[in-house]
Amino acid sequence: MVTSVTNLGRTGAFDWLMQRVSAVVLGVYTLFLAGYLLASPDLDYAQWAGLFDQMWMRIFSLLALISLGLHAWVGLWTITTDYIKPTALRFLIQAVCGLIMFVYLVWGVEILWGL
Amino acid sequence: MLVSLYRYNPETDNVPYMQDLEVTLPEGKDLMVLDVLHMLKEDDPSVAFRRSCREGVCGSDGMNINGKNALACVTPVSEVAPKGKLVVRPLPGLPVIRDLVVDMSIFYRQYERIQPYLINDNPEPAIERLQSPEDREKLDGLYECILCACCSTACPSFWWNPDKFVGPAGLLQAYRFLADSRDTATADRLDNLDDPFSVFRCRGIMNCVSVCPKGLNPTRAIGHIRTMLMQRTT
Ligand code: SF4
Ligand code: SF4
Repeated sequence: MVTSVTNLGRTGAFDWLMQRVSAVVLGVYTLFLAGYLLASPDLDYAQWAGLFDQMWMRIFSLLALISLGLHAWVGLWTITTDYIKPTALRFLIQAVCGLIMFVYLVWGVEILWGL
Repeated sequence: MLVSLYRYNPETDNVPYMQDLEVTLPEGKDLMVLDVLHMLKEDDPSVAFRRSCREGVCGSDGMNINGKNALACVTPVSEVAPKGKLVVRPLPGLPVIRDLVVDMSIFYRQYERIQPYLINDNPEPAIERLQSPEDREKLDGLYECILCACCSTACPSFWWNPDKFVGPAGLLQAYRFLADSRDTATADRLDNLDDPFSVFRCRGIMNCVSVCPKGLNPTRAIGHIRTMLMQRTT
């Protein structure tokens, strides 16, 4: 068995499943938003803010945000292990990617809950 | 006919180069690429390549012909070089020993890692270990592999991680033993594959399927292994 400490879960199966599940969440979220925008042609700020005031929409958005982070982590982890062979450089780039995703997540929570 | 041949002799050449050679093919006869290589070798005995059975059974003359991996002995010149120029290179991604001869150690190491033999801890019966015709049928499309390495050396995932990703040839054989009703080591075999590289580095590009000279489908076998891994983790 090949070992790795920087991938998402413990096994390849877990990473593989997470990438698929997060892809479904992101797909559903995108379709929902696109449908919402199409269905409300004269959307104004109040209506838009009203949508994001609802608890289910906040949870849905947070779920999409977390999915984006997981999806990007598995994907970028795969790309960096494919193409960047020097370990120190690879780890550095992975750390930067991880940091960016973490920042997006915290920032997203702040926006959603208007903290 | 013009043949562009990859040449490299580490004792005399600093870098590999392509050598243009002219051969006169006999009229009204469609030769195999291997026949052309033999004609070249008659003119220049230093041309190096592997071959044995010359009928697509031994798997030793896998090479890259006009950009696609194939067995030289069963590849008709007319099919791969309709425009009259034959380009022959060694299998990509493996260290070149000389000309078309590559070092296949890493390919065999991956094959060895999947334990390509029957493991059965049960006491041996007085007769053979029997298998129903249905169970035997599950091995069709798996056991026929001749380990020519055309598939693994056409796979980008194997190029980038030949030390960690088993590759299509090894995984086809891994599934051949996972699917065998007489094998009792299924759990151990799966343990050995359940990391992010060995199986999951396959991105479903299917280069392996498009080059296999035996018409086998490693991608499907990899899909079966993935399903088996998912079934025990979820
Ligand atoms: S699966 Fe096909 S291409 Fe791959 S090693 Fe076996 S026979 Fe060759
Ligand atoms: S399907 Fe998988 S094993 Fe086959 S060439 Fe593509 S990545 Fe490689």
